[in-house]
Parts: sequence; structure tokens; C-alpha cells
Amino acid sequence: MSSSASPRILNVDKIRKDFPILETSKNGKRLVYLDSAASSQRPDSVLEAMDDYYHTTHANVHRGVYSIAENATALYEKARVKAGKLINAPKPSKEIVFTKNATEAINLVAKTWGLVNLGESDVILTTKMEHHANLVPWLMLKEQTGCRISYLEIDSNGELILDDIESKFDGVKLLAITMASNVLGTIPPVKYLTEMAHKNGALVLADAAQFVPHRQCDVSDLDVDFLAFTGHKVMGPTGIGVLYGKEELLDAMPPFLGGGEMILDVTLEGFKTNEIPWKFEAGTPPIAEAVGLGAGIDYLTAIGYGAIGEHERGLLDYCSNSLKTTFGEKITLYGPKETTKRTGLISFSFETVHPHDVAQILDDHNICVRAGHHCAKPLMYRLGLSATTRVSFSIYNDTHDIDALIIGLVQVVEMLG
Amino acid sequence: MSGLEDLYREIILDHYRNPRNRGTLESPPAIRQEGFNPLCGDEVIVYLEKTDEGNNEPKLVVRIDGRGCSISQSSASLMAQSVNGSTVPEVRKLIKDFKSLMSIHETNLGGEPEDEASLDPVDTDKMGELAALQGVVKFPVRIKCATLSWNTLLQAMEELEI
Repeated sequence: MSSSASPRILNVDKIRKDFPILETSKNGKRLVYLDSAASSQRPDSVLEAMDDYYHTTHANVHRGVYSIAENATALYEKARVKAGKLINAPKPSKEIVFTKNATEAINLVAKTWGLVNLGESDVILTTKMEHHANLVPWLMLKEQTGCRISYLEIDSNGELILDDIESKFDGVKLLAITMASNVLGTIPPVKYLTEMAHKNGALVLADAAQFVPHRQCDVSDLDVDFLAFTGHKVMGPTGIGVLYGKEELLDAMPPFLGGGEMILDVTLEGFKTNEIPWKFEAGTPPIAEAVGLGAGIDYLTAIGYGAIGEHERGLLDYCSNSLKTTFGEKITLYGPKETTKRTGLISFSFETVHPHDVAQILDDHNICVRAGHHCAKPLMYRLGLSATTRVSFSIYNDTHDIDALIIGLVQVVEMLG
Repeated sequence: MSGLEDLYREIILDHYRNPRNRGTLESPPAIRQEGFNPLCGDEVIVYLEKTDEGNNEPKLVVRIDGRGCSISQSSASLMAQSVNGSTVPEVRKLIKDFKSLMSIHETNLGGEPEDEASLDPVDTDKMGELAALQGVVKFPVRIKCATLSWNTLLQAMEELEI
């Protein structure tokens, strides 16, 4: 394979040096990490920021009057603003709630806004390509409130079918939609659908877990009402997620979990909730994780979404061409054909080899890929599959990783094809 | 190759490519039991019924449907081959032996063995082709693939009240 196809937008060799795990090897084979859609790796700067916080600053936030407690609080709140600015939230210090992950962020909306606002005559509109995180909370809400759930269909390219879209909004109170499919990479027209939803009196929750790592996300422009993403996919640590919500909506919502931090006053008879965003952050929050997330966001924004997107599209083209050239009709690739319509991942399947076996043999080459249903079983049913193999790219991947993948896959087909 | 050949032995690949006792049984009277591996989406469907042997021990008839990886499907095929035509006590012994073969690593992973007896060493010479699945224990994640059809069989036996 010619290396002239190698994208030159990013200095990947230099970037890789920032990620200690990428320097590791197994049986003399370097680590080829192609599973960033499940969780990205994190650069030294994130680890150092968290270490530094614990070494010099740690104390509980919003409580102590001593210096290190004030410093911890300042760092925590600074991270909130960084997370907000990343997605262009109009009021980052109020509209960003830290959660455990994107899943918890979506559950928060379901269990507060959803429980108060939805009843038997209401509909939640979603799609057939959602991650379970943006489906099961609504199915649970359906059990609790009797509301209905309807689904936007996808076509054979994995794109939403938007024919007669207006009629799909009958009775809809909430559109809960992914901004990028974790299986197909599809980027649905969320801005257009948000306009449509608002015109029909519905709110919009966007699951941006797979979008924020790859593309500039602008909640002011999209005008979505809620948006969720997770820290560990944007170079940050695990254990922290982000919920964005419009101020007036967050203000009106009941609290989520009860405990310290989320109250202004407590008596033996009752309690008065704190202001947003702390109203939704009961108990000691993930302080070091917020600091790490802030450092991860700094790293990502220093590289810039323009370069990230271009780099990933280069890898997408290179990878899909390599797969098709090498395996021809033996392989099926899923998702939109045009790389501009998708994020940096490819799901594929071989007719004769199960994804679990693909991943097993690739592991022998120290290549990490995801095999399975990707927490999107309804989509798998829709595609008539039980599983796919998925490779996903980040800033530290290059064409050498894809060349290694192809060599590994050739052995897979030799052994089991 | 770090054990890959040990995992993908010829017998396993043969059962994956040419599964034995594949098909369905009319249900009822047969029990139809589904088993899923939520981790990877493997699916095994076990059809089970018992024959009427008069005063003698009834024998089990099993058919396998479903789809999944080479380990889950070959294990199902190997299981069906061993179970078909065997009596209930014979099958119970087989399940116990197979679980012992697999539980070695489950215990190391911190899982609880089902009972003390399951830690008894197994005479793999007497297990025939089933012993080919021994290589799976080197790949702890795949043990669930190998045991899927066996756990589904156990559920089917419970349903059949045997």
C-alpha cells in the first residue's frame, strides 16, 4: 500500500509521544489502538493535571474556606466552563452539569424532566440507530409514565429516512437523537430536526458522545435543549460526563439525586434545592476527573476540530479503500458512503467469520478493535446482524495502523474464512 | 502464536464450518430454549426432547439453531453430538465434566465455582472431541462463548423437568 495516501494534516508521530500507552508492545508487536469510539486514550497532560491536582490542591469543593479548598473549587468550576465553551453553551457556568458519564446525563433528563412532563398521550421520538444509553432510559420512562416511543427509520446506507418527517412529530414531546451513530458513524441532520421539533412543540435531547470527540459541536447554533457527552471519549478520564441543558429548563426541573451540595437549606420537614447546576450534583463530585477533563479539552482544542476532522476523513478513505481492495466481496462495510456524512469509524463484517473471532485473532497482533453489538441491539436487528467488527480512529492513528489491521485481517480470513 | 492454534483447533473449526445436529424440533412437544451472550451477541437456540424407552431410561434428542462466533457455535455442535442419544444421568455427568474443564479459569478470575465437585480434575481422554475446547481456558473472555450452549441446555432440561 502506498504511503502517499497517508494524511499529512497532523504530525501523528509527535502526537503519539504524548500518549504513553501507545509506546507499549506485546510479544514485540506495538499496540495498535483502533477502539477510540469505545474510549479514547489520554495524553500525559491529562494524567499530569490530575496528579498535580491530587499532589497540590485536593480538598472538597464548595465547602472549605481554606486556600486549597478554594483552589479546588476554582479548578472544578473552571473545568465546567471549559466543557461549556467546548460546545459553545451560552451560559457555561449554569448550563453545564457534571455527571458520571453520558449515560447518567441522559438518565438525569429522563428521571427529572421526563417524569414531570410526560404522560400517556405523549410520544418520545427517537431513531433506530441509538446507543442503548439513549434508548433504555426512555423505555424505562415508558414503563413509568405510559408514554409511547416511536422511531425514525434508517435506509440501507444507515442514514435517517426523512420522508414525510413532519407527520412523525404528531404528539411528540421529546426528540432524543444521536449526533453520530457509534456503529455506522452516521451524522444525522440534528439542526434541521431540531427546527422541526421546536415547530411542533417538542424539545430535543442530543446524544453527542460520539460527536464531540470528532466535530465542532455548537449548541447555540443547533438550538438543542439538552445535550450529553462523556469525558473518556474526549481524552479525559473515566467517571465524568457532561449534561448541557438550557437554563430555563434546568431551573424548572426537579432535582435528580438527593444529598449534600444540591440543597440550599434542609429542615426536618423538607429541603430547598440549590441553584443550577449544583442542584443536579448531589454529593462530592468527580473533582480530579473534572480537572482531567479540562486538560483533555485543552489538548483537543489545541489540535483543533478542523484538523481532527480532516485527519479522520483521510483515514476513513484510506481504510475503506484498503478493506475493499483487499477483501472485495468477502467484506461488507456499513454506514454512509460519503465520508463527509460520517465520523471516523467503520463497522464491517465478513460473510464467513464472526466478529468475535476477528477481534480475537487481531488481538494476537496487538490490534484493538471492537466486536459485538456495540450496545445498539435494535440497530443490529434492523441490519439483520448479530454483531459487527468496528474500527475507530483518533488523532493518534495513522495509515501504519490501518496497514497493520489489513495484515491481521488477511490472517483472519486465512484461518477462518 | 500465543495459543491461537490451541483455541482454533481443527476439530473446533470443523464443527464451526459443519455443525452437527443443526436444525429445529417441533415445539411443543420439544422445549425451545434461547441463550444469549450479551457481551458479543452470540445466540444459541437449543431444542430438547426425550424419547419414550418404556421401562428404560429415556434418551435425549437435541437440535441446535442460532448464530455466533466459532467457539459458541462449535461448542454447541460438540455438545449436541455428545448429548444426542444419551440418558439424563449421562448428560448430567457430561455437563459437570465440561464445566470443570471451563471453570478452572473462572475460579482464577474470581468467579465462584458452582460447587466443590466442579473443581475435580477432569479426565480429558474420556471426553472425546469435547476436549478440543480445552484451549478456550487460556482466553478467559471466550469461556462464556464456550459455555453458552451448555447453560442453555441446562435451562432446557429444567423446563423439561428432568
